[in-house]
Amino acid sequence: MSTTVDIGMWGVPLAILGGAIRVSTPFLFVSLGEVLTERSGRINLGLEGTLVFGAMAGYAAAYESSSPWIGVLGAALAGTLFGLLHGWICKFPRVNDIAIGIALMLLGMGLAFFFGKPYIQPVAPDLPSIPLGAWSDIPQVQAALNVNALFLIGIVIALLMTWMFRSSRLGLIIRVAGDSTDAARAMGLKPDRIRLLSTAAGGALAGIAGAYLSLYYPGSWNEGISSGQGLMAVALVIFARWNPLYCFWAALLFGGAGALGPALQSVGITQGYYLFYAAPYVLTLGVLIATSSRNQTLAGAPGALSITR
Amino acid sequence: MKTPKQTSRRSFLKTSAGVAGMLAFGGLLPQTARASKLSVGFIYVGPKDDYGYNQSHAEGAAAVKQMPGVSVVEEENVPETVDVQKTMESMINFDGVNLLFPTSFGYFNPHILELAPKYPDLRFEHCGGLWSADKHPSNVGSYFGYIGMGQYLNGVVAGHTSKSKKIGFVAAKPIPQVLLNINSFLLGARSVDPNITCQVIFTGEWSLAVKEAEATNALVDQGVDVVTCHVDGPKVVMETAAGRGAYVCGYHANQSPLAPDKYLTGAEWNWAKVYTDMVKTVQSGGQIDNFVRGGLAEGFIKMSPLGPAVTDTARNQFAATQSEILKGGYAVIKGPMKDNKGKVIAGSGQSFAETDVALESMNYLVEGVIGSTS
Repeated sequence: MSTTVDIGMWGVPLAILGGAIRVSTPFLFVSLGEVLTERSGRINLGLEGTLVFGAMAGYAAAYESSSPWIGVLGAALAGTLFGLLHGWICKFPRVNDIAIGIALMLLGMGLAFFFGKPYIQPVAPDLPSIPLGAWSDIPQVQAALNVNALFLIGIVIALLMTWMFRSSRLGLIIRVAGDSTDAARAMGLKPDRIRLLSTAAGGALAGIAGAYLSLYYPGSWNEGISSGQGLMAVALVIFARWNPLYCFWAALLFGGAGALGPALQSVGITQGYYLFYAAPYVLTLGVLIATSSRNQTLAGAPGALSITR
Repeated sequence: MKTPKQTSRRSFLKTSAGVAGMLAFGGLLPQTARASKLSVGFIYVGPKDDYGYNQSHAEGAAAVKQMPGVSVVEEENVPETVDVQKTMESMINFDGVNLLFPTSFGYFNPHILELAPKYPDLRFEHCGGLWSADKHPSNVGSYFGYIGMGQYLNGVVAGHTSKSKKIGFVAAKPIPQVLLNINSFLLGARSVDPNITCQVIFTGEWSLAVKEAEATNALVDQGVDVVTCHVDGPKVVMETAAGRGAYVCGYHANQSPLAPDKYLTGAEWNWAKVYTDMVKTVQSGGQIDNFVRGGLAEGFIKMSPLGPAVTDTARNQFAATQSEILKGGYAVIKGPMKDNKGKVIAGSGQSFAETDVALESMNYLVEGVIGSTS
């Protein structure tokens, strides 16, 4: 083992940085998937189930093929199927997308537990990481800056999606479907088809988020792997005002704040750790209050969502 | 609009006769099953192959399954809520069990205590609870093992292995059994070098994979080079710590396959021995004691085989300490000793042997542990 340097209190900012990079990726992918789905006019609350199933499917595929990237692909594929199922059911008249989402969340978790039994014990190959901290002599810095490729891919997707919604034809089509079903129909578009594909792509992103959990950090499959991260990420979308770039910042904030509790205990600030564990939620509340507006509720919400309609 | 379907009298009679017949038949089955064979039920709070607490109990159940004249039913992922009462009732009424092992700590009060008076002929054996004759039904028993001794032995090996003189502990909640494990781990290490400190991080929950990984990383960042834990599934802690280059000591079950080079040793439960003994007692018509405790000497716990990184000096002290503990009555907490806030917990000459019930309500961390119980 390379001997660690005594970094004392510097451990706290370093842990927040490292935590932001390590923990944020699943939040980022799930919330990007949800932004895409909601921008097209549907809410898919079932992404927690997709995330858990993706974690299981990714781990299983990586174990069977001995390649973590095939695992990521398998997770994306499984997520796509869940998204397609959600989109297909919601196409029927008078079907409530929120209720279907909850049903699919339970289905996804149940199926993942059922098929995942034989994969709790075996050890699957992990996704490799890129040592961006190699310039430093301090092992702790090196460890904090070990960045997984999926994190970088997530940033690229966030940038691409921002550009897509702002200035591409595809982005405009999705936005029209999301803001007004009637307008989309008048333009000769098929809102159901657009939503089906958007939900499927969103599901794929949530599946990849699951693969990150089981194949990189914490890097193993078990039934408690997610502990509600998919649900938090769906809530982050409102926090991020349906903006992919804001999703990235929100995910970083959540990851970093989550690292605060363990880091403070590790430098000897041990009183009241339950309070520090609540930090992400307190932060969210604070930001929501600070950015709230008197005139407009849910600024940026797509008009055709079942909650704004 | 369709007209609502009406049930004819004939079909109503047919159905209700069928249901009544099934009920009668179903009621008969458990009785016959009960008469011929001993049926044992095991209930786990998590998945039974979690490399941890639940796996250790499931290994015990597997040993019971091998015994002649016994049938075993199991259910996993049963929350510590009214769900466990439903599971127990269905095991009693449908599977005809006569001996129940609800293994999680939170099953005891109020769930087992509520159900036990309703089924006085059945036996409820609970792991970790503190049964007392004047408060609890007589068909309930509690059993547990002195696994703190195992963490003490972990500490001995950790003390020899650590170069930074800082060892770490990822803990779930500050309950007495966890605190005893943390204290024992440090005191084991201090028996090698009295300057060693132990950094503890509480995650607040029994199973939180991401937080356990963050806690392990934070420990290694602060220079900790040997890590152990007390959470339900130690898999994440073991893999994360070994991945960062730290050594690990196991808990609950043998985790050496997860980190073969970095695994030093581990404190394991040996429920196979406890459960087969209890079943034998029932089969021979005897009565299980209501309050059962045991340690290394009684075979309730065991140590994982020492890993390749353990030095010969460490091996020798490990063996010597183990044989001392095997004599019984070994005391880890002995005076003069203070807690980490400076309060005296044992005066000079005072000591708490492993069997001392006072240890089961521990609420302090000893001097040398960096951490807080709240």
